[in-house]
Amino acid sequence: MTVLEQRGAYRPAPPPAWQPRKDAAPLLPDASPYRLLGTGAELDPRLLRELYEQLVRGRRYNHQATALTKQGRLAVYPSSVGQEACEVAAALALREQDWLFPSYRDTLSVVARGVDPVHALTLLRGDWHTGYDPYEHRVAPLSTPLATQLPHAVGLAHAARIKGDDVVALAMVGDGGTSEGDFHEALNFAAVWQAPVVFLVQNNGFAISVPLEKQSAAPTLAHKAVGYGMPGRLVDGNDAAAVHEVLQEAVERARAGEGPTLVEAVTYRMEAHTNADDATRYRAEAELAAWREHDPIALLERELTERGELDEEGVRRAKDAAEEMAADLRERMNADPVLDPMSLFTHVYAEQTTQLREQAEQLRAELAAAEADAETTDDGQHGGQQHAQHGGAGRGEGR
Amino acid sequence: MSTAAAERRRGTAAARKPATMAQALTRAMRDAMAEDPSVHVLGEDVGTLGGVFRVTDGLAEEFGPQRCTDTPLAEAGILGSAVGMAMYGLRPVVEMQFDAFAYPAFEQLVSHVSRHRNRTRGTMPLPLTVRIPYGGGIGGVEHHSDSSEAYYLATPGLHVYTPATVEDAYGMLREAIASDDPVVFLEPKRLYWSRSDWNPDAPSAVPPAGRAVVRRPGTSATLLTYGPSVPVCLEAAEAAAEDGVELEVVDLRSLVPFDDATVCESVRRTGRAVVVHESTGFGGPGGEIAARVTERCFHHLEAPVLRVAGFDIPYPPPMLERHHLPGVDRILDAVDRLQWESRWTESGERAAGPGRAEGDGR
Repeated sequence: MTVLEQRGAYRPAPPPAWQPRKDAAPLLPDASPYRLLGTGAELDPRLLRELYEQLVRGRRYNHQATALTKQGRLAVYPSSVGQEACEVAAALALREQDWLFPSYRDTLSVVARGVDPVHALTLLRGDWHTGYDPYEHRVAPLSTPLATQLPHAVGLAHAARIKGDDVVALAMVGDGGTSEGDFHEALNFAAVWQAPVVFLVQNNGFAISVPLEKQSAAPTLAHKAVGYGMPGRLVDGNDAAAVHEVLQEAVERARAGEGPTLVEAVTYRMEAHTNADDATRYRAEAELAAWREHDPIALLERELTERGELDEEGVRRAKDAAEEMAADLRERMNADPVLDPMSLFTHVYAEQTTQLREQAEQLRAELAAAEADAETTDDGQHGGQQHAQHGGAGRGEGR
Repeated sequence: MSTAAAERRRGTAAARKPATMAQALTRAMRDAMAEDPSVHVLGEDVGTLGGVFRVTDGLAEEFGPQRCTDTPLAEAGILGSAVGMAMYGLRPVVEMQFDAFAYPAFEQLVSHVSRHRNRTRGTMPLPLTVRIPYGGGIGGVEHHSDSSEAYYLATPGLHVYTPATVEDAYGMLREAIASDDPVVFLEPKRLYWSRSDWNPDAPSAVPPAGRAVVRRPGTSATLLTYGPSVPVCLEAAEAAAEDGVELEVVDLRSLVPFDDATVCESVRRTGRAVVVHESTGFGGPGGEIAARVTERCFHHLEAPVLRVAGFDIPYPPPMLERHHLPGVDRILDAVDRLQWESRWTESGERAAGPGRAEGDGR
C-alpha cells in the first residue's frame, strides 16, 4: 500500500476508458525452447520416420545445391544445412489447401511442399525469377527482399477468410528479418485482423555476418509476439518433432479462428550465408562444433533408433532415396536451360504497351543480325536461342 | 448501410450537380464494388470517416467494414496485405492518404507489385489499384503536396494514370480497378473540388486510359501536360489566344502507358512543344517526354522542347508554393521562348508566334 493510500488521500482515477486489452501472460513463450526428441514424450513413429527421410533428403539437397554453385550451375545458393528440421516441418505442418510464403533460404521447404527441385531453384540458377506456378502447390514466390512476403501472407490469409475458405498461411523469415519494418507491420495487421497466419522465425544465429545480439535486444524473438497481442512460441529448431508439433498447433489455432501465432525456432546456420560468403571471418569453429552435436538429423536418428524404429537398413534406404533425388537434380541441372530472349517482354503487362512492342522489335532485329553474322563467320551453331551462362562455369559454349 | 440511406446518398449526389471530381471517384469505387464483390477498398481512415478527402464516403456504410476497411496506420502493411489479397483473387483498391505518405509502401510497390506478373511468368498477376492524392496547391504543410509521379513511371510493370476531369476521374478509375495490372492512380488533390455537370447515373464514356486527349485544339504550339496542370494550361491557352497564339493542350491522362502517337501527331502539326507539370524539372517526367518528342518529331520542330516544371527544390511551405507551381505566366513565358523568329521546317501553314505578322517567315 502506498503512503497516499495509507493516508486515505485523493487518488486520481485511471485515464478515461483505459483498460488492459488483453492479459499478456498467456501470450508469453516458454522459458526455454520446447523439445520433444529425447524427452520420452509420446510421438507418432510414422511421423518421425517421414521427418527423418525428408531431413536426410533435405540435407542431401542442400549439399547438391551447393555443389551446383561450384560447377557454375547455380548463380548462388543460400544453404539451409542445419536448418532442415524447420524447413521440412514447415512444409509438413501445412494441409493441402494452405499456403507457404518462403524466403530465399527456404527452397528446401518449397521442395518439401512438393515443388520440383529444378523449378524451386530457377531463381538461383537465374533462368527466370519464379520457376513454378504459385497456385499449383500453394507456394508463394521465394522472397528475396527480407520480410516483405509476410504482409502478403497476412493479406492472402485475410482474403481467404473473407471468402469463407479454410486456408492458413505460413510465412517464413529469419532472425535478421525480424528487424525489418515489414515484419512489424505484418504481425500487427495479422493480429488486428485475426488473420489465419503462422509466422515462423528461423533464428539461425546470423544475418549474413551479424549475430543476433547485434540484431535484437528482445528476451527472445518469440517475445515480440506479445506486443502484437498474439502468442509467441519458442521451440528447438533442430528438433523436427517439436517444430512440427508447434507449427501444427499454430495452424490449428489459426484455422479455428483464434488468430496468428509467432514461432521462434532456435537453430543454427551451419554453412556460410551463401557460397559467396566466408563465415570464418565472423564466427568461431567451437560454436559450430557445439551445434554439430545438436544436429537435427542425428537427433531424429537417435530417437528412432532407441525406439527400435530405425535400423541400418532404414538408414541406407533413406540415404539411397536422397542419392536418387540428388542424381536426378544433378542431371537435370547440368542441362543448359533453353532461353528465349523475346520472353523478356512477354509478362511485363497483361497487354503489351506500344513502347515494349517497339523494344521487342529492336531486340528481335539485334538477334536476327547476330544470327546472320554467326552464319557468315561461324559454323552457325550460335542460333537465336541463347544458352544460360554463369561465371566460373568453364563451359565453353554460348556467347 | 440501409438501402434507403444508400438511395438517399446517391440521390443527393445526383441532385447536387454539378458533381465534383471527388464525388466521381467515390462513385467509381461504389459502382465497381456493387458490380464485383472481389473489389475491396482499404486504407487509413477510409471507413468510418470516409477518407480525409471524403473520397471513400459512404462505402463502408453501404458495403460493410470488410469491403471498405480502416487499416492500421502502416502503408507497407496496407499495400503488402493488398498484394496477398490480390494473390487470392480479390481486387484491392488501396488509398494512400497523401503522396508523401505513400513512400513507406515504396518497397512493396517496386519490389513486388510492379514485378509480380513478370516474376511469375504471368501466372500470378496482381490486379490492384493504388490511389494516391498528389500535387500541391491546397496550402498543405510539408509532406502533403509532393508530385511523386516520376518515381512510379520509372518503375516498369506499373500503369500510372492521372485524371484531370470529373469524367476521366470516374472512367479512368473504373478502368484502373478493372485492369489486371497494378495501377498507380494519381489523383490531383487540388482538382478534387473541381466540378462538371457530369451525370453520375449515366457516366459518359471516356477514351481508354492509355490514350492522350486534346483538350483544346490549337495550331501555334502544343502544351503537353497532365493532372493538376491541365486547367492551368487551358487558362494559359485562353490568355495566349487573346494575343493570337493558338495553343493546343494535350492532356496525357496516363503516363504509363504513354501515348506517343497522339503527342507526336500534335507536335508535328504545331512544330513547337512545352511540357508542363508540377514535378521537379530535373529527373521529372518532362525530361522523358521532351526526349521522346525530340526523338520522334525532330524534323518537325521549330524550337527545342521546353519544360515548365516545379523548381528543383523540396516542396516549399504553403505560403511560398505559388512561386513554385507552374502558373499561367511561366507557361506563357516559355511559349515566348519557342524561337518564333525562326522557321526551320517546310510547313507554311503554321501560325506565327507572338509579335510576328501573319506569314512572317525567317
